[in-house]
Amino acid sequence: MSQLTVLERLEILADAAKYDASCASSGTTKRNSKGGKGIGSTEGMGICHAYAPDGRCISLLKILLTNHCVFDCHYCVNRKSSNTRRARFTPQEVVDLTLSFYRRNYIEGLFLSSGIVKSSSHTMEQLIEVARILREEHDFRGYIHLKTIPEADPELVAQAGLYADRVSINVELPTVAGLTRLAPDKSAPQIEGAMGSLKEAIVEAKDARKRFRHAPKFAPAGQSTQMIVGADAATDADIVGRASTLYDRFRLRRVYYSAFSPIPDASAVLPLKRPPLMREHRLYQSDWLMRFYGFAPHEVQQAAGSDGMLPLDVDPKLAWALRFRGDFPVDVNRAPREKLLRVPGLGVKAVNALVAARRQRRLRLADVGKLTVSIAKVRPFIVTEDWRPIMLTDRVDLQTLLVPAAKPAQMELFA
Amino acid sequence: MKPFRDMRLSGAFRIELAAPDDFEGWRDAARRMVRADVPPDRITWESPADQGADLFAHGGRRLPSPPADAPQPRVSRDFLQLAQSVILHSDSKRFSLLYRVLWRLQSCPRLMEDKADADVRSMEDLARQVRRDIHKMRAFVRFRSMEDEGMERYVAWFEPEHHILRANAGFFVRRFTTMQWSILTPRGTLHWDGTALQEGPPATRADAPSGDPVEVLWRKYYASIFNPARLKVGAMLKEMPRKYWKNMPEAALIPELIAGAQAREAQMVKAGEHDFGDRPQSLGAIGEAILACRRCEIGCNGTRAVMGEGPSSAPLMIVGEQPGDSEEEQGRPFVGPAGRLLHSHLEEAGISDERTYVTNAVKHFKFVPRGKRRLHQNPTAKEIDVCRWWLDGERVMVKPHLVLALGASAARSLLGKTVSVQKVRGEPQMLDDGSELWITTHPSYLLRLQDNGRAEEEIKFANDLRKVAARLAELSGAD
Repeated sequence: MSQLTVLERLEILADAAKYDASCASSGTTKRNSKGGKGIGSTEGMGICHAYAPDGRCISLLKILLTNHCVFDCHYCVNRKSSNTRRARFTPQEVVDLTLSFYRRNYIEGLFLSSGIVKSSSHTMEQLIEVARILREEHDFRGYIHLKTIPEADPELVAQAGLYADRVSINVELPTVAGLTRLAPDKSAPQIEGAMGSLKEAIVEAKDARKRFRHAPKFAPAGQSTQMIVGADAATDADIVGRASTLYDRFRLRRVYYSAFSPIPDASAVLPLKRPPLMREHRLYQSDWLMRFYGFAPHEVQQAAGSDGMLPLDVDPKLAWALRFRGDFPVDVNRAPREKLLRVPGLGVKAVNALVAARRQRRLRLADVGKLTVSIAKVRPFIVTEDWRPIMLTDRVDLQTLLVPAAKPAQMELFA
Repeated sequence: MKPFRDMRLSGAFRIELAAPDDFEGWRDAARRMVRADVPPDRITWESPADQGADLFAHGGRRLPSPPADAPQPRVSRDFLQLAQSVILHSDSKRFSLLYRVLWRLQSCPRLMEDKADADVRSMEDLARQVRRDIHKMRAFVRFRSMEDEGMERYVAWFEPEHHILRANAGFFVRRFTTMQWSILTPRGTLHWDGTALQEGPPATRADAPSGDPVEVLWRKYYASIFNPARLKVGAMLKEMPRKYWKNMPEAALIPELIAGAQAREAQMVKAGEHDFGDRPQSLGAIGEAILACRRCEIGCNGTRAVMGEGPSSAPLMIVGEQPGDSEEEQGRPFVGPAGRLLHSHLEEAGISDERTYVTNAVKHFKFVPRGKRRLHQNPTAKEIDVCRWWLDGERVMVKPHLVLALGASAARSLLGKTVSVQKVRGEPQMLDDGSELWITTHPSYLLRLQDNGRAEEEIKFANDLRKVAARLAELSGAD
């Protein structure tokens, strides 16, 4: 086999890594390179150094160490039976790439994952070696996200957390049945077991640092996971339920949803029709409702239709409000914060501003208008000093009033 | 109070700040003016970047001295914090806006909490734009490496919208402490030598290096990480507006990536297309349909597809790999040497043809020509997965209690994954339609073995069949 150049291998291994949605570089400890011999800093807020035309941010150098893989997961472009070009980097090559990108301010750090070669533990060792060289030999203080391999030796997984800011294990599919069918080499109990031990390690390390200032940090940016949406029969209600269990059980920082999208050389077992990208967006919105708006999982599920799917034409918060109109209108001058957070069109910031402003004086509709993007959306659901919606929440056609008639949908090119 | 009244009548004051982001200067002057009771509309603010055009302002006029007993102005912490961002904005009205809010704070100390107030809103808006500009500078500055007196220096050219260069210096110092770097902008320059920060005069694009060899890698990375199957140009433009593109090496690729995306997606969809439509509703119809199936390369090799055979409600389904030379010629499954071996073993195990439906995982014959002979070739995992559609159809129609897979290809077709036959043989597995799957070797494997090896394997094979026969009797008895 002729040797591929670094450029060719970068092309293959970045291409193979793009189906991981996560690119976050936020939420870790604050560090800088003062007094060190290397470079790098993290200041809490992540930075997106570029955006690709798919709308996704590019914050980290996201690559695989190799896309050779002994697993045969049907949704994956790197599965054993796929006819894709294969390549591998040595740990040192990844380190060099990371540093030369970082010095030019292209990236916040590295997100490293890998196909499984030889064995899970061997692969994990290689991943850790990259992080070790970066941290120990180059005193790199930027962000590192390591994908952890659930089948690997727990000892190795624990080591990964000492170098990485974030660790992640993908649950891949929202249902166990989907996982058995589409990822026959993976096992749900094993994935959850590994997530459970990561959680314990993270909690333990946090606890130790409370008592000993110099206790080692373990994955200070926590753990995250990813679910593929639309490759199996799981409904939005299933996915929301699964996500909330994951948040509870493993204290995840984030659950990423990745709408299954066509891949080169797809397996014949996969569904033909890809889910609309809007479905992914609605799932993220429902995720937000649970994390920042005080919605319980069953309440988000109530926003879904009888088929368990969230409506695509309205956001889940509006869908919920339309279903539970009895809870509205809400008086912006009196209602508790939790009630205001339920008003469609009012974000967390707007609610905070309203709560602060109403201590000063009684708020009028125009005041609310200054704090929101669209007063027309909010109006039917609120009462202000000079405004009370009359019968509006009882109107059958409320949804059509709020949601502009859908633009004539473009025919699907590949329908 | 008389002197103040005079001043108000005699026109405006002009206050010149040392720099456009001179917060200290603004604060000192503003404090003094509030204490001297000068209302907002009497002051014109200027800085080197904001030359006011107020002809009636008194340029050389001395600022009023506040009375010694005038109280210190009252400000809230919110205001101070926000003001330090607002002052970096390029809008020349920012100084007077700040002074107006400061003035109003004296009579309304909690003004900052009223987020719906027009002036407070304006401050929030300006501060937000400044914060965004600061953030985008941290994101979009692109250093290029160059040789500078034998040392490597990283130099960037950036065009910020607001006066944020100085405010942003700390970030780059903290991040790139051990590097030597310069950031050049039309508003001024920053130089870091590893220990100290120096400011310099405005620069031009020509002062910065024009390229860097690493950009080739970066551009390749940018193009490869992009997923053409989920084009969302709007989302990109929202966060990375066109005005930044000219100083980002990767941005030159965007038009080409967008233009090519649809074709690339179409190609992927087409390559992965296995839309068979609705499944035929009878075994006969499947038999017809497979003749015309061209979903994989084997289907296109000009051979005749071979359909399964046997009673349409057989309790046992036997699945082989694919038709061989004789099967293809006769159009029937298991009629070649391996078929003959299978049938003799079935008879021995007491499994009758009347209760057995035989078929293959792959319906066409895959081979390579060698002279006059056609040499069998294993189907790929992908070909098996594609052809699974037809086998699934046969299973739906026949509804066997028990499925016997011969060899790894048949096992893959039923399980969706590749298993080792020697490891899983003899142990039944449950399929999702409730039927039982048994796996054993393919008889053609026995034919390839010699002497002792063959005898051993044939015993195992016969054992497997006996177990299947026994289990089949159990299952049928349960009906």
